[in-house]
Amino acid sequence: MSQPLQAPHKPPFWTIARRDAAAGYVFIAPQLIGIITFVLVPLGLVFWYSLHEWNVLASSFNFVGAANYQMLLADPNLSQVLLASAIFSAGLVVLNMTLALLLAVLLDQKLRGIVVFRTLFFSPVVVSLVAWTIVWSFLLQNNGGINGLLSMLGIEGPNWLRTPTTAMISVIVVQVFKNVGLNMILFLAALQGVPKELYEAARVDGAGAFKQFRRITLPLISPTILLTSIITIVGSLQVFAQIAVLTQGGPGMTTTVLVYYLYQQAFQFHFFGYGSTLSILLFVIVAVLTFVQWQLRKRVVFYEN
Amino acid sequence: MKTDLSPRMKTALYGLMCVLLIPFVFPTWWMITSSVKPISDIFAFPPDLWPRRFDFSTYAQVFELQPFARQYWNSAYIAALVTGGTMVISSMAGYAFARIKFPFSNAIFMVVLLGLLIPSEVTIVPLFQMFLGWGMINTHWPLILVPIFGAPSVFATFVMRQFFIALPTELEEAARVDGLGRFKIFWTIALPLAKPALGAVAIFTFLHSWNLYLEPIVFLSSTQMFTLPQALTQFTDAYGGAMWNIQLAAATMTAIPVLLVFIVAQKQFVEGLAHTGLKG
Repeated sequence: MSQPLQAPHKPPFWTIARRDAAAGYVFIAPQLIGIITFVLVPLGLVFWYSLHEWNVLASSFNFVGAANYQMLLADPNLSQVLLASAIFSAGLVVLNMTLALLLAVLLDQKLRGIVVFRTLFFSPVVVSLVAWTIVWSFLLQNNGGINGLLSMLGIEGPNWLRTPTTAMISVIVVQVFKNVGLNMILFLAALQGVPKELYEAARVDGAGAFKQFRRITLPLISPTILLTSIITIVGSLQVFAQIAVLTQGGPGMTTTVLVYYLYQQAFQFHFFGYGSTLSILLFVIVAVLTFVQWQLRKRVVFYEN
Repeated sequence: MKTDLSPRMKTALYGLMCVLLIPFVFPTWWMITSSVKPISDIFAFPPDLWPRRFDFSTYAQVFELQPFARQYWNSAYIAALVTGGTMVISSMAGYAFARIKFPFSNAIFMVVLLGLLIPSEVTIVPLFQMFLGWGMINTHWPLILVPIFGAPSVFATFVMRQFFIALPTELEEAARVDGLGRFKIFWTIALPLAKPALGAVAIFTFLHSWNLYLEPIVFLSSTQMFTLPQALTQFTDAYGGAMWNIQLAAATMTAIPVLLVFIVAQKQFVEGLAHTGLKG
């Protein structure tokens, strides 16, 4: 851009600060335009769609106001879907965080070859998700490897993915082993950031290992625990591929979580309006959970850097 | 906590870790070894940890039953573009939010952060309609554009911003005194220093793209266009039953390259991802 010559006493329009600000806008422009185009506009659209009765097969698109929301409240499947989502998320988060913390503490020990163990525990994270799920669906079949191992112990295992009580447990466990390595690494990094002098001092005061863990380790890594729990819960609400490959939402609807139900309504049954209403429900749940967790931060997190 | 452990304690720890490792390592091992077993041996009992007979014909069948090479290429080039694109977009945006003063930068950052709050599943219906309107259904555009510019890249921007905030300012200030412009400073000074964060961004972006499943099955309809996760579930016989040995061979081919890269660059992976642990 050219600049007109100014009288010497007037500062030039194109100052360094302004040029800098312009550079800032140029730098963020792609991201901002992307967020507006692929997140904010679609979010507005999904709300607009949710006010319509829209069946793609019948090519109907009629404004119906809150009718989809009334339908949502009256949907006989909704309680089952929300229950399945809640069980999945709760089970996943509890198992994932506990196991991740346990593994991180184990892998924080000074032992020969510990790096090899870290690598092996982390390895499922880099195995392609659907490949991992396919192997487990193979192992969990009625005549698959898991029941084979059980029968060696004289136990007759259930048909894991076809029995209502065990299907959900199986999906959760498969997912935990796949991704717990991520949280494990984040916890390990946090553990290694805890000053060792604190443990020395505690030992002098006669605190045992468990007390040290409760009084020193947990408070000091609580920011990491909170962040990973948010990421894990939000991630758990997005589970789809595992359900699609392992159970297709069955048996019955016991593993039909919200995203899977949304997919069925919109892309299998072609009810785009109702699918959009379910999307709004998902959005509200994610937003509320995130908000609650951020509020919890003030009460639960003892230490923030 | 970590002082010299007694030998008995050490043995106990090793034993515990080995038992805990089984569900982490066995499935992958089972996948690889079963993929070279004849179908009759896959269900042999007790399971063979090492194949009794080798049968590599399943690997050929994978390519006969589906355009698997093409699908492989689809996944690979999409992941490469998404990874490269995200690194460019998120490092620029992250740098600007961390280091450049411009009006409304905090407000704009909040708007961008909304992307973290809105899972892409929420917007899948309108995205489908938008790409339908642009004639991009059954093309790879949705799988490239949305991850690079949309919600998935926001986490990357956040990580880059955290990294740039922590960089010392002296180097940049010296460069400014020398009269370097913003882009030069970013490109020649800040970006080379940001390699660890860029590595982390590259790793999780690649894994995210490589694993995408809902988006491909919504946006793609012809086998030629399929990506690997989608293709893996297509190896079924006329009755819809899974062709296990072929599926496992295809799954092995999908998993092995990333697994090999991980084993070679294990340290970078772990440190890179620990880096996104959002300290500071």
